[in-house]
Amino acid sequence: MKREMTGAGIVVQALKDQGVDVVFGYPGGAALPIYDEIFQQNDVRHILVRHEQGAIHAAEGYARSTGKIGVVLVTSGPGVTNTVTGLTDALLDSIPIVVLSAQVPTFLIGSDAFQEADTVGITRPCTKHNWLVKDTEKLASTLHEAFHVARSGRPGPVLVDIPKDVQFATGTYASAKPSASRYQPTVKGDMQEITELVAAMEKAKRPVFYTGGGVINSGPAASQLLRELVDATGFPVTSTLMGLGAYPASGKNWLGMLGMHGLYEANMAMHGCDLMINVGARFDDRITGLISAFSPKSTKAHIDIDPSSINKVIKADIPIVGDVGHVLEDILKVWKARGRKTNKEALGKWQSQISQWRKVECLAFTQGDKAIRPQHALARLQELTKDHDRYITTEVGQHQMWAAQHLGFEAPNRLMTSGGLGTMGYGFPSSIGVQMAHPDALVINVAGEASWLMNMQELGTVSQYNLPVKQFILNNERLGMVRQWQELLHGSRYSHSWSESLPDFVKLAEAFGIKGIICSDPADLDDALLEMINHDGPVVFDCLIEKHENCLPMIPSGKPHNQMMLNEDETAGAIQGAGGALV
Amino acid sequence: MSALKIKKGATKHSAYNLRPTFSEVEERHTLAILVENEPGVLARVIGLFSGRGYNIESLTVAEVDHTGHLSRITIVTTGTPQVIEQIKAQLGRIVPVYEVHDLTVEGPSVERELAIMKVVGTGEKRVEALRLADIFRANVVDSTLESFVFEITGVPEKIGAFADLMRPLGLTEIARTGVAALLRGD
Repeated sequence: MKREMTGAGIVVQALKDQGVDVVFGYPGGAALPIYDEIFQQNDVRHILVRHEQGAIHAAEGYARSTGKIGVVLVTSGPGVTNTVTGLTDALLDSIPIVVLSAQVPTFLIGSDAFQEADTVGITRPCTKHNWLVKDTEKLASTLHEAFHVARSGRPGPVLVDIPKDVQFATGTYASAKPSASRYQPTVKGDMQEITELVAAMEKAKRPVFYTGGGVINSGPAASQLLRELVDATGFPVTSTLMGLGAYPASGKNWLGMLGMHGLYEANMAMHGCDLMINVGARFDDRITGLISAFSPKSTKAHIDIDPSSINKVIKADIPIVGDVGHVLEDILKVWKARGRKTNKEALGKWQSQISQWRKVECLAFTQGDKAIRPQHALARLQELTKDHDRYITTEVGQHQMWAAQHLGFEAPNRLMTSGGLGTMGYGFPSSIGVQMAHPDALVINVAGEASWLMNMQELGTVSQYNLPVKQFILNNERLGMVRQWQELLHGSRYSHSWSESLPDFVKLAEAFGIKGIICSDPADLDDALLEMINHDGPVVFDCLIEKHENCLPMIPSGKPHNQMMLNEDETAGAIQGAGGALV
Repeated sequence: MSALKIKKGATKHSAYNLRPTFSEVEERHTLAILVENEPGVLARVIGLFSGRGYNIESLTVAEVDHTGHLSRITIVTTGTPQVIEQIKAQLGRIVPVYEVHDLTVEGPSVERELAIMKVVGTGEKRVEALRLADIFRANVVDSTLESFVFEITGVPEKIGAFADLMRPLGLTEIARTGVAALLRGD
């Protein structure tokens, strides 16, 4: 299809052709022609947020819960600079996002015009790629290329900057041609490397799958293949925060999350394994702990679509560049063709060793009858919501780790959380994006009060669109994780890590016409949770919890996987020397 | 062959050696990068080096194919083998980067740099400067009664050696292009 239309018309037509049904945005002077086009159609729904950071986190929630691209529309200058945190967040977590930013007219670029910013300059390091379109004739092809780049290979955020005169001028619209792009990353893994991995799997005595966000980014088929491979081989499987749900938490080979606040059995298995199969994870520093003592006796296979992930942190013995789905499919094929062999005798011993580690029960806690413990709050939330069509978002901090430990994720795309960047304020707007994509689902943002306050203006958005998101705020009146590190590292000098002048969250919700619930007594918790879950509309739940709870278990920084702190008695002097300089 | 389609790690000639042997010794590598000649592409490459803390010893860039919109960037960098591999992989991620070649690995290669130097002096020093220029095959491209501007081409070490010799003879200014390099043979 080819026809003449204005630049603004091209933008909206390209969105329709790319299958975009919802855009999160905020208007402004330079974006007015596009907003005028949005006004005159009904195919693309625009959700008006209250701050552009809210728009991009909402788009991230939408993208992560659907596997589709999240789209953001903002104006020039402050409009787009407000998306920088979200762009960086999406870059680190490999989330496909297209930001359309308006720009001052081309003839004013470089003159320090009103609401002018060097958008492509500012966003160059925090996008996968970005474009400034100076000619309406190139707008359609650039927009299609932007969608292609965002979703292909390792997904990521892209930005297209569109000056106002380019929006007004007339140009030719042409539909997307899939073959037009030179950007075609490798998706098939090398068969020689895959065969070598299968041979290692056949002989392995203590194997472990270490899976990450790449499994989820590859699509639902990859999760299905992972399940098939894990269950057929009987190998234990652990996952990063980003990969939770790819293998079900109720699966019999599930070890739980690994890493700094991961489970004892998962970290011990990583430390003691003889074959580590990294599927779409990147050896992040939250995972590896002390690199020189990281899983010292294992052969390491690394499957990643991004060649720069391989050998960046940990040297791979069997490197496989490719899409997780394609590679897992080939591994299964080769493994089956070679007779479905595993070292059953050794695997039996390995599994009984793991059972021993499980007996430590590193997540065990006792709920007394006074303050609600956060672990208990989440365990109850899990129990009361596990049979629902449930999506969880989180903010960043202790509550995020407790959520990862105590909630069970049975399917991919069910947990939306800021992993790489650790963006406080991510969860609330993200829950809005998730609810937009899944209007009938139960969407819960597990929050801390401090993170939640960072984007609380989005109560306005929730109210306007009557989105039934549940804000479950674990309120300890502290920046809990900061407080924990100050206790461990800085002699319990709690510098600026408490939340003073907190609002009355119930009244705050009510000021926006939203239901508020407060609960502080463990005896009332179940009833209050059910009230939240069953309320047909948005809820802000102020859950007052124990104020000085530490998030355990924990690998102290500068320590390897087999030196976890399991309980409060071990926290004294846990981080020493160079470990103190790490984050 | 596009860098993104290279069967990565599969051959010795690949830009991406996925099974390197890592040592802690810093090496000097010359990289040739073919990029789409679009606005900001150089900023992307330089931003990668500064943002991730890699070294640039020299950098040259110019359009090499007008109809194909291709520019060639030649970068001389230093780092441990692991860092060099990481630099190449990171360059390969940049969307308008089409090919990444490590001439130090894929070589042998021809490396040349051009420099122009102003040497001010009279009498015996002036004669000596001219005599040394002859030995180094440097050309005089400008002259006054009290100065010469020499043009010299060669590997960076040769240019450095010539500059060292000119310094006591009145070297006042020097401009260097950085290294341009090509693989030998066909």
